Amino acid sequence: MTFSVNPLTDLQQMLHYQFMVNAFEAGTLVAIVAGITGYFVVLRRSAFTAHAFSEIGFAGAAAAVLVNVAPIAGLLGGSITGGLAIAALGRRATNRDTQIGIVLAFSLGMGLLFISLYTGYATEAYSILFGEILGVSRDQVLLTVGACVAILAGIGLVYRPLLFASLDEDVAEAKGMPMLFLGTFFMLIVAVAVSFAVQVTGVLLIFSLMVTPAATAQYLSRRPQTAIIISTGIALMATWVGLFVAFYTPYPVSFFITAIVFGLYLAVRLTRLAIRPKKLPVASL
Amino acid sequence: MNITGSRTVEVGVQSNLITAENLTAGYRDKTVWQGANFAFGRGEFVAIIGPNGAGKTTLFRLLLGLQQPISGTIKIFGEQPKRGNPQIGYVPQRHIIDSETNIESLELVRLGLSGKKWGFNPFSRKDRDAAWAALESVGAVELAHRPLGVLSGGELQRIFLAEALVSNPDILLLDEPLSNLDLRRETDLLHLVNDVVRTRGVTALLIAHNINPLLPHLDEVVYIANGRVATGKPSQVLTSESLTALYGVQVEVLRDPHGNVAIIGVEEHHGAIQ
Repeated sequence: MTFSVNPLTDLQQMLHYQFMVNAFEAGTLVAIVAGITGYFVVLRRSAFTAHAFSEIGFAGAAAAVLVNVAPIAGLLGGSITGGLAIAALGRRATNRDTQIGIVLAFSLGMGLLFISLYTGYATEAYSILFGEILGVSRDQVLLTVGACVAILAGIGLVYRPLLFASLDEDVAEAKGMPMLFLGTFFMLIVAVAVSFAVQVTGVLLIFSLMVTPAATAQYLSRRPQTAIIISTGIALMATWVGLFVAFYTPYPVSFFITAIVFGLYLAVRLTRLAIRPKKLPVASL
Repeated sequence: MNITGSRTVEVGVQSNLITAENLTAGYRDKTVWQGANFAFGRGEFVAIIGPNGAGKTTLFRLLLGLQQPISGTIKIFGEQPKRGNPQIGYVPQRHIIDSETNIESLELVRLGLSGKKWGFNPFSRKDRDAAWAALESVGAVELAHRPLGVLSGGELQRIFLAEALVSNPDILLLDEPLSNLDLRRETDLLHLVNDVVRTRGVTALLIAHNINPLLPHLDEVVYIANGRVATGKPSQVLTSESLTALYGVQVEVLRDPHGNVAIIGVEEHHGAIQ
């Protein structure tokens, strides 16, 4: 892999292993997709929905493992089905915490059932829940390239309408914009992005790439384009550093990624609190 | 669709931007109001007043093509309203921006122009210039880089107005823009809307609770209450005689020495004599 990070011998040594090259490639692609998609997830307050996708995907992946199909197929199937269902209920449905929570709990239960029916290794379940970036194959990398290209093209196509509809729903609707289409399209993008991000972070740690980088970036820029670039940068940096550190320590990659993004988020928020004196009380409305 | 700036009097059909004939509005099983007739020309300032739930916003929904009339006709430039009409700039009611939204105002105004366009071109110079011009026209240039989430009610209304004006519409629909403003900001915003109406030749329809702050600027008033609609010049519509005739019950329109009115007898007061 040819990131011109630092010609450290450590890095050379690490990239000597094919599984680390695969991990860096898949991690990079996923970080780009998650950083960009995550910005809209945060803007539209759909974080919980995104999480629900990953859990529905978990049930799908567990079912796939049970019938000896690639877990990614189950993940995609599960999360896309969930995405279409939620989109069909309309934008306001994405904020229905209770219903989403109910479906989420049921999905986890189903996943648990499939896992317990599976007589193979329990590590399958573990890797879906917490990520198995170090076990990514060449084929999975290629598949991730395809998904990455499709998602970027999709977001590029709907960028302005999606931003407008997310920011100012009522006016966008009155302007005759296809709200149902936009909502459904976005949910599909999130479903696919989540499915691939699960490879890196696992179902349970999906927020670390889909939400935290974008939430941090929102504090750092008031311009959507800039915030998206920052969000992607944070996701990339966390993934690379996480992989690098994990290679030389006995601890899991996902942990380092979550720790790095959380540390950054905390640092940004605390810095802002420190440098921004309490806003002067506004005289009136 | 250009601002012709023609101050010459345009006579006849052309000068009527919005017309309604025997218009009845409502939902499948419920009529909200009936028998509305009006005609508004270019560059008129129209107030829509009436009690809560009387169907003021329903009129906007008809104009926006979001709802169909039960009977009668409503036309914009002689055509039936259609959803997504670029001739209309719209500021909805209780139009709130999440206080967590850390996006600069300029972006929202720019999206008012380019939000409908597909594809990725967020750095368009033309859009940016148009957004600046719109901010300038509402006196909100200094708010351009402030995040939407921290703006006050009055500042937000200016930004929304810029967002609505940026595509250079012929008609402005403002749904209760004064509801969260104190007296001074209310006056400021009304002066601003009046300026826009007079200088751009835009026809503004503004829904309000209290007619009095609007009276100095108004050309026409639409009074909606109890399923009936009265329209005309404020001085003609807002009289005890005309409203009593319309409603068939005794309605009193009181006036104080400053010209403020209070309408008594139709559910609630619309106006206040201080």
